[in-house]
Parts: sequence; structure tokens; C-alpha cells
Amino acid sequence: MTEDRDRKDLAATPARRSASRAEWESETLGGAPERDREFSTVSSLPIERLYTPDDLGPGWRPEEKLGYPGEYPFTRGIHPTMYRGRPWTMRQFAGFGTARQTNQRFRYLLEHGQNGLSVAFDLPTLMGRDSDDGMARGEVGREGVAVDSLADMEALFDGIPLDTVSTSMTINAPAAVIFCMYLAVAEKQGVPFDALSGTLQNDILKEYIAQKEWIYPPRPSMKIITDLMAFCARNVPRWNTISISGYHIREAGSTAVQELAFTLADGIGYVEAAIQAGLDVDEIAPRLSFFFNSHNDFFEEIAKMRAARRMWARVLRERFGAKNPRSWMLRFHTQTAGCSLTAQQPYNNVVRVTIQGLAGVLGGTQSLHTNSLDETLALPSEEAVTIALRTQQIIAEESGVTNTVDPLAGSYFVEALTDRMEREAQEYVDRIDRMGGIIAAVERGFPQKEIADASYHYQRQLDSGTKTVVGVNKYTMQESTRPELLRIGSEVEAEQLRNLSRVRERRDEQRLRNDLERLRAGAERGDNLIPLLLQCVRDYGTVQEISGALVPVFGTYREVSVL
Amino acid sequence: MPGKLRLLVGKVGLDGHDRGAKIIARALRDSGIEVIYTGLHQTPEMIVSTAIQEDVDGIAVSSLSGAHNYLFPRLIELLKERNADGIRVFGGGIIPQEDIAGLKAAGVLEIFTPGTSMEQVVKWVKDNVRPRSE
Repeated sequence: MTEDRDRKDLAATPARRSASRAEWESETLGGAPERDREFSTVSSLPIERLYTPDDLGPGWRPEEKLGYPGEYPFTRGIHPTMYRGRPWTMRQFAGFGTARQTNQRFRYLLEHGQNGLSVAFDLPTLMGRDSDDGMARGEVGREGVAVDSLADMEALFDGIPLDTVSTSMTINAPAAVIFCMYLAVAEKQGVPFDALSGTLQNDILKEYIAQKEWIYPPRPSMKIITDLMAFCARNVPRWNTISISGYHIREAGSTAVQELAFTLADGIGYVEAAIQAGLDVDEIAPRLSFFFNSHNDFFEEIAKMRAARRMWARVLRERFGAKNPRSWMLRFHTQTAGCSLTAQQPYNNVVRVTIQGLAGVLGGTQSLHTNSLDETLALPSEEAVTIALRTQQIIAEESGVTNTVDPLAGSYFVEALTDRMEREAQEYVDRIDRMGGIIAAVERGFPQKEIADASYHYQRQLDSGTKTVVGVNKYTMQESTRPELLRIGSEVEAEQLRNLSRVRERRDEQRLRNDLERLRAGAERGDNLIPLLLQCVRDYGTVQEISGALVPVFGTYREVSVL
Repeated sequence: MPGKLRLLVGKVGLDGHDRGAKIIARALRDSGIEVIYTGLHQTPEMIVSTAIQEDVDGIAVSSLSGAHNYLFPRLIELLKERNADGIRVFGGGIIPQEDIAGLKAAGVLEIFTPGTSMEQVVKWVKDNVRPRSE
């Protein structure tokens, strides 16, 4: 084609076969112009023109850096067969309105090929408040499903036997209460606890850092978490007690390196807390899981996930002396980046999500949520979430990437980037260690400030056009049509308030009062709170009544804002 | 001599998504405006009390949780009740196009939706929010 012949960056000496990079640079590359002076990832990590074996460094050995899939340090994946054995779990986050409405969406998704459930709760529930609390006004059922008591949980899983699905629940501040509601539903269905499989997000550390949903201060919150770890180790052995999350840290504006570093630092914090609480690392570590973001920069995300596996394996084996290989394995869920999606030209989001979903798969994720195209406009419509689910199914069935394990291993670029992500994240982890650990770092606002600075820096790049978002600061257009959106009507709040009244009318008030008093007393004594929470839940205590009973003992958290 | 513009930036309701609010607060501050950032979990009552106490010229409020149709008009109602409706209110977050007319009719001066640049917000503020002392 004429255009190719006319390119100014045509090789100066294409017949040459350079014997070294230096030769290539001086003879063939010459002064060929490039589009920009510098190239970097979406996180501003600089990227070189070309990667060669030299970029791996003299000490790079595949036996040490990679290993085989299913073997330490698990860089290539935690299972020997990965997706040849079984594809990742397709697990779409869902929840809106009342439990009855969300139950319908769950059944729809299961019918359409989703393999696992993922529950989104509304903001009052996430904050440990009831639907009739003053601050719940206007918020009920809008960001997720409203759950006030066991009655809502029963409606949520109506017709869904809990031994036939694995369920992930995105809940943090009142996670233990909601978990007990799930257990109580299992009891009512006649399903034994050891048949239950799923994940509780239950990652309070990242709340202080990024998502900002809390009730109590850090230390009592960690106590509840270690109680839950101990309870599950003995009674709910197939349950993932925490989903140690980087997703929200990234959504708050961190770089990929920060996401990796702060997530691992949180993980270290949880393991240390468990050990201090008298638990054995091998008792609890196999049931810790992780949750990463999958953002736009394809290779940065893949490198991040591979580095995460290698780093965690080393932390558990060398730092904590874990003996069980299952303790060394970083298992993770991925969600494509909500913050990368646009309100402008929303159908472009289908393309973004495809790239991001593919990155998660090439990064070796165990489960995946793909965002819907209407992400920035509303909760997903049925049509939008179906496209998101089909995106995963097409990747799994048609793209061929699942035919082999860790296809990108050995790429000079990917391995160099993986090493770099590890190196830079380790610097942060070391720094946090020197501060006295993640709780100390959070108390002095360190991760919060790093994130605020990174997000401000990125916004400046968008405003100046240094970084592009198609349809927003480039290729903009007048739009006439919009997708049909999901609307949550105000009648949802009214219906939920009626549900709540009914629950309060029907229950044995005195019995509950005694349960709550036993809970409070147990908290004073330092008892494992899970059995006490479970009893309050069985007697239809509400999320706020139960969470509130612990406030006199634990106190509440108030953030000192860092701009 | 014209006074420096004073703005309150806050997160109203239970919504903890503060990435945008913090960026806007910082951008406004960097442009020479005095910014009081209230942080999270403010009730409309708390925002109005702080605004009056701090004698601000305007309130920038953020909500991404879908509760804006209740919270933003409630803010304006309270300002009226306390004879402070000279304080201009504008907002941003995840707010559907369809809701904007209603919010403006309730007295919200402007709504900034996803994709807005910091420069756009700062310019709008300087053009539309005058110090009340002028």
C-alpha cells in the first residue's frame, strides 16, 4: 500500500540483521519518529519501545520466576490445567430493590448460564442500617438489594437450594451479621454448614482505605473478622472468609502497582491478626481469597495478576512459614473496571469490558464479573447484563485462549512487566511494614493519600488530553438515543418499610432482647461472636439492631479526610 | 475589595464514593477558592449547619448512590427554612439526565455528570457563584 511505503518510520536498513539491540537502535531504528516522547500505561508506568531477553535481567530463570502451573510460586496459575479443566466461574454481581426482585434476577442469570451468585446489597445494608433509619431515606434498594432481616434473606434465596450454588456476598461492615443470615437460611433449607460454598467480602481494611463503608474502628473490626475465620475453619470449611480486595482501591483512583501493594499489605494484616488471635496460618490461609480490578491497560493488568500470585506465595511460605501448599495459593475474583466506563456512547463500554475481561482470563482469574454497558447510568438492565454474560461466554468458548495454560508466559514484555510490578509493589509493602503494618499506615492516612494523589494526577492527564477516553475527550459526538435503563421506583422503599414492620410485629421481642444482651456481653468478654450473632439473626433481629448492639462496646469510626 | 469565594464540598447521605468530590475540592482549592471539605456521611442538616457556620457562598454536593432526588432538594429546603437560600447549591455524581430538570426546578443550580473536566467545573463556579459579600 502506498501509505506503508511512505511512512517516515520505515526501517532505515531493513535488509540488515542486527546482532544486538544497540546495533538495531543505531542502524535500523535510526531516527524514526514516534507518536509521542513517552509511552506509559494508564497508571503512568513507563513502557519501553521493545522488550528483548536482556530485559529479563541476568538472574531470570523460569524455574524460579515461573514454576509450573499448580506449583510454587504459581506465577503461571494455581491449577495445573487451569481453564482446560474448568473455565472460570461466571459470577455477575446483582442486586436491586427488594429481595423478591433480586431473587428473580438471580434465577434469570442462573438460567442463562451463570455459574455462581454474587449479591449486591443496598447502601443502608452495607452501612449496617435498617431501611427505616433516617439516613436510609432515598437510598433503599437503589445500589443493591435491601436486606434488613432474615426474612429478606429467605426471600432472596427462595427456590435456590444453598447446596447447589456458590454465593459471593459483597458486604463488609456488617458482614458477620449477613453471613449469619445466610447460615440461618441454610438451616431452614436443611442444608448442613459444611455443604455451603461461597465468599464473604468481609475486607474492612480496604473500607478505611477506599470504599468507605464502616461502623466500628479498625481493631474491633479485625476481632470480628478473626472470629469469623475461626468459626468457618471449624464449621463452614468450604467458605472463603475474606475477599481481600484491590478492586475498590483501584476504583478510588490508585495505580495498578498501588492496587497490588495495598491489597497484599491488607492480606498480610489479616494473616497477622489471625496469628495474634491464636489461629494457625494453615488453618485459615487456604480460605483467604482475593479480588482484583481489571482495567484498560491490557498487559499491565495481566502482569499485575501474575505478580500477585508469585508475591503472595512467597509471603505465605517464607514470611509466615505456612506448610500447606493451599495456603500459598492466591485465588482471585476479577471485576472489570467500573471507573473506566463512560456515560457517553455507552455501547463503547461493551468493547472496553471485553478487553478487560480478556485480561482477567489471561491473568488467570478464578471467577469473573463483567460490567454492563449501562454501568455509569444505572444498575444493569436485563439486556445489558445479558451482553456482559455473553462476553464471558464468547471469550470462554470462541476465542481459543482457554486451550492452553498461561499463554503469555515467556513473552519478554509480559515477564519484564510482571517483575517490575512485583518490584514496585514490594517497595510499598516494605514501606508499610516500616510504618508498623497496614493498620498503622491507615491510621496515618498513607494509602488514602497515595490514592488521592494518583486519582488527581490521572484527572489532570484526562483534562489535558495526555490520556484519552474515547467519546469523552476524543471522538465525542452528539447522541440521540440512550439505552433503556433500570429504574428503581420509590415504591421499593415503601414496600421494604412494610416488610420491616411485619417482621418486627411477628417476632418474639423479649427473646431478641435477651439475644442482643448476650451478644453485647459476649463482646465485652472477648468471646467468639459468630454463634451469638447467629442467635440474634434466627430471632429476626435487624441488621441495625444487631450491629448497633456492639457499638457501646466497640465504638464507631470517624474518618479524618485527606484531600 | 471582592472577598475570596468560600465553598463547602461535601458527600451527602451514606454514599462513600468520594473520588470525584475530593478531586473537585482540590481543583477548586488550587484555583484560589477557599474550600471546606466536610467529608463523608453528612446529613442534609449537617451540611446546612456547616455551610451557615462557615459562611460559605456555595455548596457542592456529591452523590453516586441514587438518592439525589431526595437529598439535594432536601438540602435546598433546609437552606430556605433557615433563611440561607442565598447559598447556591450545585452537585454531581451518578445522576441520570432525566433527573436533572427536576433537580434544577427544586433549586439546584447545576449538575455535573461523569466525564466533566475539573476545568469545566472551576470555570462554571467562577462564572456562576459570586461571593455573597459582593
